[in-house]
Amino acid sequence: MNRITELFKHKEKNILSIYFTAGYPNLESTTTIIEYLDEAKVDMIEIGMPFSDPLADGPTIQDANTIALNNGMSLKILLEQLKDIRSKTQIPILLMGYLNPIIQYGEPKFLQEIHKIGIDGLIIPDMPLPYFKTHLQKLYYHFNIAHVMLVTPTTSEKRIKEIDENTNGFVYLVSSNSITGNQLQINHLKTYFEKIQQLQLNNKTILGFGIHNKETVKHAFEHCNGAIVGSAFVKFLSNNKITSNNIKEFINNLRL
Amino acid sequence: MKQFKPDINGFYGEFGGAFVPEMLYANVQELQESYLEIINSKSFQEEFHSLLKDYVGRPTPLYFSKNLSHQFNAQIYLKREDLCHTGAHKINNTIGQILLAKRLGKQKIIAETGAGQHGVATATVCALMNMECSIYMGEIDIARQKPNVERMQLLGANVVASTSGSKTLKDATNDAIRAWINNPTDTHYIIGSVVGPHPYPDMVSIFQSVISNEIKNQLQEKINRDYPDYVIACVGGGSNAIGAFYHFIDNQKTKLIAVEAAGIGIQTNKTAATIALGKIGIIHGSKTYLIQTEDGQIIEPHSISAGLDYPGIGPAHAYLHDTSKSVVVSITDDEAIQAAFDLSKKEGIIPALETAHALAYLHKMKFKKDDVVVVNLSGRGDKDMMTYKKYL
Repeated sequence: MNRITELFKHKEKNILSIYFTAGYPNLESTTTIIEYLDEAKVDMIEIGMPFSDPLADGPTIQDANTIALNNGMSLKILLEQLKDIRSKTQIPILLMGYLNPIIQYGEPKFLQEIHKIGIDGLIIPDMPLPYFKTHLQKLYYHFNIAHVMLVTPTTSEKRIKEIDENTNGFVYLVSSNSITGNQLQINHLKTYFEKIQQLQLNNKTILGFGIHNKETVKHAFEHCNGAIVGSAFVKFLSNNKITSNNIKEFINNLRL
Repeated sequence: MKQFKPDINGFYGEFGGAFVPEMLYANVQELQESYLEIINSKSFQEEFHSLLKDYVGRPTPLYFSKNLSHQFNAQIYLKREDLCHTGAHKINNTIGQILLAKRLGKQKIIAETGAGQHGVATATVCALMNMECSIYMGEIDIARQKPNVERMQLLGANVVASTSGSKTLKDATNDAIRAWINNPTDTHYIIGSVVGPHPYPDMVSIFQSVISNEIKNQLQEKINRDYPDYVIACVGGGSNAIGAFYHFIDNQKTKLIAVEAAGIGIQTNKTAATIALGKIGIIHGSKTYLIQTEDGQIIEPHSISAGLDYPGIGPAHAYLHDTSKSVVVSITDDEAIQAAFDLSKKEGIIPALETAHALAYLHKMKFKKDDVVVVNLSGRGDKDMMTYKKYL
C-alpha cells in the first residue's frame, strides 16, 4: 500500500509534513535531512526538485533552488541519492517540483524510477489537470504514485470537487492566494475552511503556505488534517548547523 | 480567409496551453472565458480603434524605401511601427489589454519588460486610464535601458527591479507572475508578447494583427495587390512578428521570415536563438521551444538587444516553424549593429536594436527585382543610444 494512505489509516489529525529543497544547503545534505526529520518524528516529507524558474515560490525557496542548482543538483543526482532511502526509513516521501525538468527526464522513466525507489507521491503545481488525465494518470496508477493537487482560496467549488476526484493522497490546501513564504493571515481563512468542510471531500486536507510557527501549525491542525512547513524550514537550514538535535528542536517548537 | 487561432485549450498544434499553478487558475480562466466576447463587442472595437487612430497614430505608414530597394534589388517597404506613440508596436497590445482590464473591473496593472518598450507602453496606457501600474524589469535591463526606466517613472509607474536569476526579461516575467499570484482579484497582468498561458498568445496576436491588416490595405492601395512576397520581422517572444504575419499566414504566396537573436553566435552559449537551439518544454505557462539544459533548467540567454533576450518563443511561432509556415533564421549582435548604422545613415531612421536584426537579414536574402518585401520596423532606436554610442 502507498505509505501516504497507510499513514492516514492510523493517523487522521495533526499530520506534520516538512518541505525542503533537494541539494540545499549542500549537494549531499538531502538524505541526511530526511534521516534527521524521521528521527524528529515528522509524519511526512516533501522534497523539492530544484528548478531555474520556480514561478509559485517566494524568495526563500527561489534562493534555495538557485543554490541547489549551483551545487550541481539535478533529477538524476537526486534519484541516485535517494536510491537506498527505503533501507533507512519508511516515512511517506513526496517529490514536489515543476513540470519541465520531468518532461526532459522522460515522464514514464521518471515515474518508473521513483516507484522503484519507493517515492509515494508527486506534487507538480504547474501540471494542468487535463494534461495529467491524458498523459499520466494511468502511469501514476500503475506505479502507485499519489497525485496531490493544490486548492487555493480562489478555487471554485466545482473545481475543488473535480480536484478532489482526481487527487489521491491528500488535497494540498494553499492557505492564501500567494507564493510560498508569505505571512499567513489567519483572519482570512475562516470562510475558506467553512467552504472546504461543507464540500466533504474524499481526501484528507493538509494546509501549506505561510505555516511557520506553533501558532500557525495549531491553526492548521484545528481546521485540517495537517500542516506543511516549507519556507520556514528552508530558512532554518540556511541559518543553522544541520544536526539531528537542531532539527528535533525546530520540529518540537512547531508542535503543540 | 480562415483566422489563425489556437484550439479551445489554447494549443497551436502541440504548442501553447495553460501550464499554470492553481494560484493562477482562476485569473487565467476568467480571461479565457471572457477575452473573445469582450474583444469582439462593438463598444470595445470602437474604443480600441478610436484610440489606435487618434492616440497611437495609426495607421502607421508603409514606407517604400528607394535606397534599400536599390541596394537589395527588390521592392522594399518599411512598416513604420517606430512611429507609433511611445516608439514601438508594443502599444497596440497595451491599449487592447487596458480596455479589457477595465471591462473586467480591475484596478491595478502589472507588466514585465525587457527593453522597456512594453513597460513604457503599459505605463502610458495606465496614465491614460488612471490605473495603478507596477512594471517588473530585470536589474541588468534597468541599467542598459535607463532612458525607458525614467520615462516609465515620469508616466507614474512603479518600476520594480528583478534581482533573481539572470536579472533580465525571463526573471522580470517570473516576478510579474508572482505579483499576479499575490494580487489575484484586483489586478490584470499585461503580458507584452505572444507568450504566457492561454489566452495571452492569442489575445496579444489579435491586438497586434492590426499591423498586417494595415500592410494588406496599404499594399492594395500602392501596388494594387494585397500581399507581399516576403514579410521579415524580428522575434524574441514574437509579438511584432505575429502582428506582421497574421493576415498572411494562410497565404502561400507570402513567405514569412522570423529573425531571432543569435547573440555572439548560435555555436556559442551566448545566444537567444530559441528555434535554432531550443527543445520543447514549458516556460511561463506555455508549451513551446526553449533554450534549456539537458536537465530541463532554463538557460539565461544572451542578446545585445534586451527585447530579444528571452529563452523561449511564442507558441504560435513554434507552430508556424514546425509546420513550415514560417522560416526562422538568426542574426548576431554585430550584424544587427551594422544594420542599425546602415539604416540610420542611408534612410535617416534610427531603428531599435531588436528591429535591426530583421533589417540585417536583408543581406542574407536573394531577391528578384520585382519581389515585394515588407520589413516590420517594430521600434525606434532612441532607447538604444547608450549601446550605439559605443560603436560610433
